[in-house]
Amino acid sequence: MTTTTTDLKRITIEPVTRVEGHGKVSLLLDRQNKVRQARFHIVEFRGFERFAQGRPYWEMPVLVQRLCGICPVSHHLAAAKAIDMLVGVDADKLTPTGEKMRRLMHYGQFYQSHALHFFHLASPDLLFGFDADPQVRNVLGVAAKFPDLAVQAVLMRRYGQEVILRTAGKKIHGTGAIPGGINKNLSIQERDELKKDAPKMLEWAVAGLELCKKFTREHLSDLADFGSFPSNHLSIVRKDGALDLYDGNLRAIDSEGKKIFDQVAPKDYLSVIREEVRPWSYMKFPFIKDLGPEKGWYRVGPLARLNTCDFIDTPVAEKERQEFKALTQGKPNNITMAYHWARLIELVHAIEKIQLLLDDPDLQGTNLVAKGTFRGEGVGIVEAPRGTLFHHYKADKNDQITMANLIVSTTNNNEPMNAAVRKVAEQFFDGREVTEGLLNRIEVAIRAYDPCLSCATHAMGQMPLIVEALDEAGTVVSRAVKG
Amino acid sequence: MAKPKVATASLAGCFGCHMSILDIDDRILKLAELVEFHKSPINDIKKFSERCLVGIIEGGCCNEENVHVLQDFRKNCDLLISLGDCATMGGLPAMRNHVPLEECLAEAYLHGPTVHNPAKQIPNDPEIPLILDKVYPLHEVVKIDLHLPGCPPPADAIWEVLVALLNNKPIDLKYGLLRYD
Repeated sequence: MTTTTTDLKRITIEPVTRVEGHGKVSLLLDRQNKVRQARFHIVEFRGFERFAQGRPYWEMPVLVQRLCGICPVSHHLAAAKAIDMLVGVDADKLTPTGEKMRRLMHYGQFYQSHALHFFHLASPDLLFGFDADPQVRNVLGVAAKFPDLAVQAVLMRRYGQEVILRTAGKKIHGTGAIPGGINKNLSIQERDELKKDAPKMLEWAVAGLELCKKFTREHLSDLADFGSFPSNHLSIVRKDGALDLYDGNLRAIDSEGKKIFDQVAPKDYLSVIREEVRPWSYMKFPFIKDLGPEKGWYRVGPLARLNTCDFIDTPVAEKERQEFKALTQGKPNNITMAYHWARLIELVHAIEKIQLLLDDPDLQGTNLVAKGTFRGEGVGIVEAPRGTLFHHYKADKNDQITMANLIVSTTNNNEPMNAAVRKVAEQFFDGREVTEGLLNRIEVAIRAYDPCLSCATHAMGQMPLIVEALDEAGTVVSRAVKG
Repeated sequence: MAKPKVATASLAGCFGCHMSILDIDDRILKLAELVEFHKSPINDIKKFSERCLVGIIEGGCCNEENVHVLQDFRKNCDLLISLGDCATMGGLPAMRNHVPLEECLAEAYLHGPTVHNPAKQIPNDPEIPLILDKVYPLHEVVKIDLHLPGCPPPADAIWEVLVALLNNKPIDLKYGLLRYD
């Protein structure tokens, strides 16, 4: 369809910037210049599932994270949890120190990743507008016009990285989580250093949230429909329905809030999830098995998590969640741009959790690793900053991996990102001229999902942006390049 | 005098090296005073429009598009830095070099336990770039002037190198800053 059709026009957009990864967008127009099809292509491929085979299982937590340097901790922990199960240590058998050190690492990761995305990548669109000069519409533009905010952004990210350093041993690609537990505890000195700055970090997270809320409310009439559509939502939740980013069971709801399934244990993920392969993207298209590829696709990430969970177990974030829910009268929120708001509520939640953990003496415990009986198979699921992350491994009696299956957060959002691109293209393309404003609007919609295409292809890169509108003969009728 | 320009790109890497650049923390604001950032994933400049003093590249080459971007950087930058283990040696993505490419594709798109692919089709659309037979380190594709190892290289090492280059001083990295992990 993409190359053989002669009565359709093709527009390509590549690469997209201020997202994390390599990809491009193509639009196909019919004779009336209406958008017939919009596709978001992932253009890199790694092959991890195959080359992991034969490696010893204990390498997985340090190996797999090197698919993605943006949130390596998420891969590190999902792999560690899968390997826990593989060596016969169930989630509830971890020592308190083991589990809490991992949680602290995870919340540190959420704090740095959400701060990075909002302040470094997304805020230029909000602070300067979608049509602003691309030369200033970036983080250094923010630094020039809002110096205090830029310094806060840098220090917030640094704080999250410091938490990771003290739990994983390194800021990027750490080694803290090992099969059955963790390889260090938190010293009193490390704890006190982290505690010192925590109140300020909470204050700044709340201020960032206020900024985002103010922007969303002021522009709600424009944003509510911007790249928005009803969809299913999926995440893990705690047994009592609370938001839990590190551990829990799968829950999926439809666009009206009705449960599709609930409390599906990670080891049973194969009973509910499949991924469709399409020839035009290296990124697969996950769907809920019983609903099929057409109706079963779903969203993951901050917006989905605030839709699926029943409550948040930290006070400031819970108050914010209630305010967020009030916007849609308690129904699931299907507004694409509300991802930013939801993300900042999680930023607040992460620092509240960090503060609670730092007061917990279990972090100074010395019982770090639990032992079990080798099972040879394990599934680990965490909520990564960008959404639900699945790792599944099998190993043989020589401890060598025989099967690796990964469904990464951004892959889950593949169909939703395509839907958002389609919607924005329909809304803003006049059928004739490709403008810089259109290009950036398409990117804004993609950016709302904070896609990490590195993870998604098990690859990474950058996405500049070229859009060409071709007529039926393949002649360029309009061309726009960003940058 | 105009500030020297720096461009960055991530090819077949994980973006961890770019994260390590950001880990110079508040020195990034100082760096922004010393240099001007040209084409980079952190801004919206997508094409070279001016000559750059330094090009910093993370990741090796795994597809034809990586090769084009790398050649474009060579053409437009006075100095190219291979940043991190993937750029200097291929890194983790090069683990596929000992497995035939077809087997990697078959595992991901045909055999995985969650795969739904009734047509048994492996992605092959002309919109997606051709994958190279192997993953190549950058210096096997173009001339590279400086190699900075590490997975990722420590933020302090990146800072030391940039400051030395901008001041026309020799690079003198302490033992702990040069590492292969």
